[in-house]
Amino acid sequence: MTEPKIRIKNLYKIFGDHPEKVLPFVRDEGMGKDELLDKHNHVLGVNNVSLDIMEKQIQVVMGLSGSGKSTLIRHINRLIEPTGGEITVDGADVLAMNDAQLRDLRRFKMSMVFQKFALLPHRTIRENVGYGLEVQGVAEAEIAERTQHWIDRVGLTGYEEHYPGHLSGGMQQRVGLARGLATDADILLMDEAFSALDPLIRFDMQSILLELQAELHKTIVFITHDLDEALRLGDDIAILRDGAMVQQGDAQDIVLKPADDYIRDFIKDINRAKVIRLRALAAPLAEGAAPPDGLPTLPASTVLEEAMLTMSDAPDQTVLVERKDGTLAGTATLTQAIQALHG
Amino acid sequence: MWEFLTDFPAIGRRELAEMKKAIDEAFKGFSRTYGEGLENFFDPLLKFLVWFEKLLIATPWPIILVIVGGLAWLGSRSWKITAGAVLAFIVIGIFDMWEDTMATLAIISVATFLCILIGIPIGILMSRSDRMQALITPVLDVMQTIPSFVYLIPVVMLLGIGKVPGLLAVLIYAIPPIVRLTNLGIRLVDTEVLEAADAFGASSRQKLFGVQVPLALPNIFAGVNQTIMMALSMVVIASMIGVKGLGVPVLRAISNQYLALGLMNGLAIVALAIIFDRISQSYGKRLQAYRGQGHD
Repeated sequence: MTEPKIRIKNLYKIFGDHPEKVLPFVRDEGMGKDELLDKHNHVLGVNNVSLDIMEKQIQVVMGLSGSGKSTLIRHINRLIEPTGGEITVDGADVLAMNDAQLRDLRRFKMSMVFQKFALLPHRTIRENVGYGLEVQGVAEAEIAERTQHWIDRVGLTGYEEHYPGHLSGGMQQRVGLARGLATDADILLMDEAFSALDPLIRFDMQSILLELQAELHKTIVFITHDLDEALRLGDDIAILRDGAMVQQGDAQDIVLKPADDYIRDFIKDINRAKVIRLRALAAPLAEGAAPPDGLPTLPASTVLEEAMLTMSDAPDQTVLVERKDGTLAGTATLTQAIQALHG
Repeated sequence: MWEFLTDFPAIGRRELAEMKKAIDEAFKGFSRTYGEGLENFFDPLLKFLVWFEKLLIATPWPIILVIVGGLAWLGSRSWKITAGAVLAFIVIGIFDMWEDTMATLAIISVATFLCILIGIPIGILMSRSDRMQALITPVLDVMQTIPSFVYLIPVVMLLGIGKVPGLLAVLIYAIPPIVRLTNLGIRLVDTEVLEAADAFGASSRQKLFGVQVPLALPNIFAGVNQTIMMALSMVVIASMIGVKGLGVPVLRAISNQYLALGLMNGLAIVALAIIFDRISQSYGKRLQAYRGQGHD
């Protein structure tokens, strides 16, 4: 197994006057969020979260408001200091960094996109997109060139000299995205980046992000409260509640094997046909048995919605499921698919 | 016993007199020792003030009118304000107050310039730490509320009568607004924008000059505007300790009950105040043009 790009280990964050004094109650005695607030008047932000984030993946962190997800993401670039725990990025201990090292981490290694855009209102779109490069100290001509590239990529050509206040929310967040990408950092932290946008525009922005990711292969930490968004974007999804991790896995794990009622409640309204993939259904053939003849073959990553028509037309309503590497994962039947949709 | 309650138990008259005398003597001693040094220290400032006043008076009036109009236009981009400013100066000239107005203009300009030069850094300092703010705020309160005549006494004892003590009196009175509004403006900058700057690794210097000060500019400019207004309101008091300008005839009018003279010069001060105010306010508004009529 390869080293994770970002490793968060046993992270705690408590807000209040004396967080380190009440930390033992939470860590050693397992005190919960409500009890901590009642008895000690401290707010538990993050409760013993461990998360390994793999390179070139979109790691979604999901939870309702107050679940600590925005607090968690701010620990990765240490905008918030943890009360306890460890964070490493590429093996380097983020908590041990001094101010200069931390600045370099934020300048070169990671960038961030914010829920409320947080653009600099007194700077034009061009100057906003180039902000990270300017902070890095890149020469002006190079800034202009690289900035233009990203403005074009997010579809804002022609708006270079406008101010953020003159743009719609969707366009402002394109600026935010371009600003985050312009520094060429490996890691992109996105804190509810699309939550403030209308559903249609949100969908557009998700498409742009997926398109860019297919080409750029960044490590993206994406915070959201929207399950559809989480399932669409996430290679891996971590679900938080009251600051603690409830479940972690890919979209199918979450939908097929919800860890508790909280998550079951979360997933009850989603379109399972768009999430569950053939991989989850494939029943391996008996040892040494030859695959039945004449069955259509579908890739393991096909979602049921797309697979079902082929399945219903196939002999015995059965298809062969093929892995990415060309090997056979097994067979899947329409009956299995229908059962999977009903949970 | 009743006497004790009706008469507040004050320090004895003699002790009080001695205490006051001791303070006065100590300050006189200080003044004798350092007065000359201080005067030398302020000498370049005096020379500049004299030079600037002479320059304004010696410059032919049409050129001054063109400069006034030009500055008004640059600041406000409004024909109305520009025309009003030029017209006001013409009326002032016709009523034979040109020279006094130039002298007042000289001291106000220098005072404003110094207030900006000193006030903005102090305001920035204040915005950086709550302790600094707690320390400086009461000092500003004293500067703004203490009757001007009270601090004129030590200033005159130290530096005598003249332009420099007058300028100092104006500075003491006029500097608080720009300090306060610089501090306020920086503290009001959106925390989300600052967080973004942090997230991109901006140093505190980059944050200050790249984000905080530019975003605080509209407030800082409101401070400059207030500072100019307060400097103008000190013109008459400054003339009591030897500053030339529109305050001198006002003072003469008070002591001799010349109604018309007082009114004319007083109105000239008002005219200057309105011109400065309108120009600096519309300039301040233009600084915020980027806020625009935005979407949400």
